[in-house]
Amino acid sequence: MISLKKSAAARRTPGATRIRGVQPGDLEQVVEIDAGITGLRKAAYWGEILRRYGGARQQRFFLVADRGGRIEGYVVGDVRDWEFGSPPCGWVFGVGVRPDARLSGIATQLLDAICDGFRRLGVSTVRTLLARDNPLVLSFFRSQGMMAAPFIPLEKNLD
Amino acid sequence: MKLQKNTHLALCSVLEFAARPGTQLSAAEIAEKYRMSPHHLAKVLRTLGRAGLVRAARGAGGGYRFAGNTRRVTLMDVIELFEDISAPKSGVRRSGRRTKSEAGATAWEVEDAIGVVLLEIDEIAKATFRSITLETLLKLVARRRG
Ligand SMILES: CC(C)(COP(=O)(O)OP(=O)(O)OC[C@H]1O[C@@H](n2cnc3c(N)ncnc32)[C@H](O)[C@@H]1OP(=O)(O)O)[C@@H](O)C(=O)NCCC(=O)NCCS
Repeated sequence: MISLKKSAAARRTPGATRIRGVQPGDLEQVVEIDAGITGLRKAAYWGEILRRYGGARQQRFFLVADRGGRIEGYVVGDVRDWEFGSPPCGWVFGVGVRPDARLSGIATQLLDAICDGFRRLGVSTVRTLLARDNPLVLSFFRSQGMMAAPFIPLEKNLD
Repeated sequence: MKLQKNTHLALCSVLEFAARPGTQLSAAEIAEKYRMSPHHLAKVLRTLGRAGLVRAARGAGGGYRFAGNTRRVTLMDVIELFEDISAPKSGVRRSGRRTKSEAGATAWEVEDAIGVVLLEIDEIAKATFRSITLETLLKLVARRRG
């Protein structure tokens, strides 16, 4: 069973979250949220993501959830054309919410917002790729109605 | 991962209860809806009761009601009550000798390679069952009804 109690902080301040495009000043908090999830501080990586996905870019989205100036979560994705032979579709390749802000609908709002962006660009499918052993993120995307895509990820060791 | 009849029945009944959390349902009602033997269902419900997913209602008529959290109980939580999911089941009998032979692959090596592929499929099935909550499945039922 997946267990994660709704945090006190999340219960206290419902609904005050604004989803907006990332700004350079948010990056430190995004790096911190990601480091909390993955255990790695990847400042250079996020700097590069900001450069490529920040601002008003046609096919790229980097959104944050702002609650009174505190960044509670982020989502990153883009529209990819004809990747693996598939018609243009939206890809979400990063999502994260602060542990003390979880289960209050923030990731749902972030995903809704990025999907609205995809729809505005005329695409009708959104995809993501997840670690099989991460039931938390898998159940989040499943709860949003996502099902297995008609692809199978493959890999091999290059030694 | 092939689900046994009882597991399938358990999933259907848990979803029946989860769809109406406050309502008391009789075993006979569910057995009739899914055209299952009431005897089988009674056993399944006892197992679900012991796991705290349903609670037997007191008084005349009997029946059960849902006692879990639809947003946190996953399909795997139900499945593992009825299936042994711990052992890697490749479904392939491993026979023969492990020692390398000059005359090509041994039976063990061939069966081992088939086992690796079957295990891969099993792992995907398990991850899928672990990621789908009862609430998510109920939403899927509603979507498919249109
Ligand atoms: C997955 C994650 C983004 C969800 O964020 P969140 O803001 O808590 O999500 P929401 O509140 O919008 O949850 C929406 C639904 O997702 C599902 N969900 C979320 N957390 C869950 C949990 N712990 N158990 C089961 N389902 C869960 C539920 O169906 C939930 O709806 P509900 O609250 O009505 O039950 C967040 O937990 C997180 O950042 N986890 C770590 C992310 C990670 O590992 N990233 C690395 C790879 S990208």
